[in-house]
Amino acid sequence: MSQTLQDPTQISQRWKKSGVFLAAIGLLAGLAVVIMLSLTFGSVAISGPELGAALLRQGNPTYQVIVWDLRLPRLVASLLVGAALGMSGALLQGMLRNGLASPFLLGISAGAGLVVVLLVSLGIWQAWVPLGGWLGAVGTTSLVYLLARQRGSLSIERLILGGVAFSSFFGAIQSLLLLLSQDGRIQAALNWLIGSFNGRGWAEVRLVGPGMGVALVVGCFLARPINLLNLGDDLAVGLGTSLTRSRLLIGAIATLLTAGAVSIAGLVGFVGLIVPHGVRLLVGTDYRLVLPFSVLGGALVLAAADLLARSGPVELPVGIVTAFLGAPVFIWLLYRRRATGGS
Amino acid sequence: MLLKAQDLTGGYDQRPVVQAISLALVPGEWLSLVGPNGSGKSTLLRLLSRILKPQEGSVLLLGKDLHTLSPTAVARQMALLPQQQTLPDGLTVLQLVSLGRSPHQPWWQWELDAAGQQQVEQALEWTELQVYRDHPVVELSGGERQRAFLALALAQNPKVLLLDEPTTFLDIHYQLQLLDLLKRLNQQRGLSIITVLHDINLAARYCDRMALLRQGQLWTIGPPAAVLTPDHLRQVFQVEVEVISTSLGRQIIPIAARGINSRRESGGHSAPLSR
Repeated sequence: MSQTLQDPTQISQRWKKSGVFLAAIGLLAGLAVVIMLSLTFGSVAISGPELGAALLRQGNPTYQVIVWDLRLPRLVASLLVGAALGMSGALLQGMLRNGLASPFLLGISAGAGLVVVLLVSLGIWQAWVPLGGWLGAVGTTSLVYLLARQRGSLSIERLILGGVAFSSFFGAIQSLLLLLSQDGRIQAALNWLIGSFNGRGWAEVRLVGPGMGVALVVGCFLARPINLLNLGDDLAVGLGTSLTRSRLLIGAIATLLTAGAVSIAGLVGFVGLIVPHGVRLLVGTDYRLVLPFSVLGGALVLAAADLLARSGPVELPVGIVTAFLGAPVFIWLLYRRRATGGS
Repeated sequence: MLLKAQDLTGGYDQRPVVQAISLALVPGEWLSLVGPNGSGKSTLLRLLSRILKPQEGSVLLLGKDLHTLSPTAVARQMALLPQQQTLPDGLTVLQLVSLGRSPHQPWWQWELDAAGQQQVEQALEWTELQVYRDHPVVELSGGERQRAFLALALAQNPKVLLLDEPTTFLDIHYQLQLLDLLKRLNQQRGLSIITVLHDINLAARYCDRMALLRQGQLWTIGPPAAVLTPDHLRQVFQVEVEVISTSLGRQIIPIAARGINSRRESGGHSAPLSR
């Protein structure tokens, strides 16, 4: 082809590459700011040099305790949960070819919520909640997958319908249990159902953190099957994808990530739904970029939301902040998408 | 034999659409599946392409059962152009075509290697899409879009290419352009092709052999000149045709369709030549 036709396309490609680069820089800079603020800001303000000293286990012992035992574990938890929810949402939206998919679509929230409310109404609290939530999440998604199996194939429609059915069924039982339980206990359960990092520490992070870290790395390597699944079932098969195997693997990683997130923070909504949308606006629809950027984006958004949640006169559960800010942002994203002609 | 169907029976749910079809694709040939609506030609193609699992019989690719080979091993030999594509929102032509290298890439390989890039370039060159490489696929016209998906299949570097009604949504210009391109690939690159085509005259003009299907069974298979007879077309399509010889080979002119009932009446007798 003639040279004159190649030049503008090469420029546009370079521009696009630099756009991705800028997005990465922007996200990382945002993360650095949020991390810095999260560690210094709070009921006791800690200056930069003081923070540095405390991180090195030097200087004021109170500051060391605040940084190492209160702020750092909470920050790590929020980064980890945000990253997990961001990637889980991106994985499921890609696999299900559905922009409305969230990490909770396959019944995870209802399953985890039911188990936790059950534990709370039975008076078993605290220590068992992370494990119970995790088991409820994994168990429900397994049920949804079992139901969606049909003569050795997994259809998207059956997965979504199964998730919706289990969500409403378990949601009903959960509401019933909440109504029947004692007043004080509802409060405790509610905090978890909304999602909060209050009082979360190293114990929770240590329990599920390593597994989630592995799942985050494995998740990035699922970009290719997702890119192929986005071409439709037939073409994906033609390009060598096993529909059942890839849907099982993607669903399993997404579930492990979400279950881990839920066991740390409870049901933090909207992050997993919105972050992948925002990321696709930034870097396009190639999942080799969408997945790692969703990890960064999720971590940034949730850490920032948690910072906001504990900045006011009264500390809010972080789930309220994400929902409160998330819903308008989602509407704006949808509006923008339509305005730019995306479908 | 490149691709071989042995007593292939299959379809959706428990109802077999394709019944006991045996046929073989000779390397380098273009085989066309033709037949009336519901005769099972698309189902046969889906069975041959591994999308559907046979209820009975088997499909052999280079002598090995399609369902014992790994999906990627199949995809390295055989590519597919489905009838309708899900449009990849936001992908450029280059990104789309690059996905054709997936079955050749190890799972940890993030970017295309030099050989892969060369295959992609070649696919773009064959389909004359170099100019559009950075255009979003959704913004292409119907004919260009179909060429982009063909380039995706060519980037797979297959020995066999299966196409399900590739010309259905194209106007006559793009129809001929696409089929001419396939003919060049067939003759110059030795690509073996199986197409499902609705248009009998187009099929006759381009393919080496035609497989005529009726009610899920193979009615006859052979060169267009042998398949396109007034008798065959009356028995399979319930139409009266005139067969004429043109510079493009044998072509048919449909004269009249037989009554709605006649199709059902004659449905009782069957003479599958495949058995």
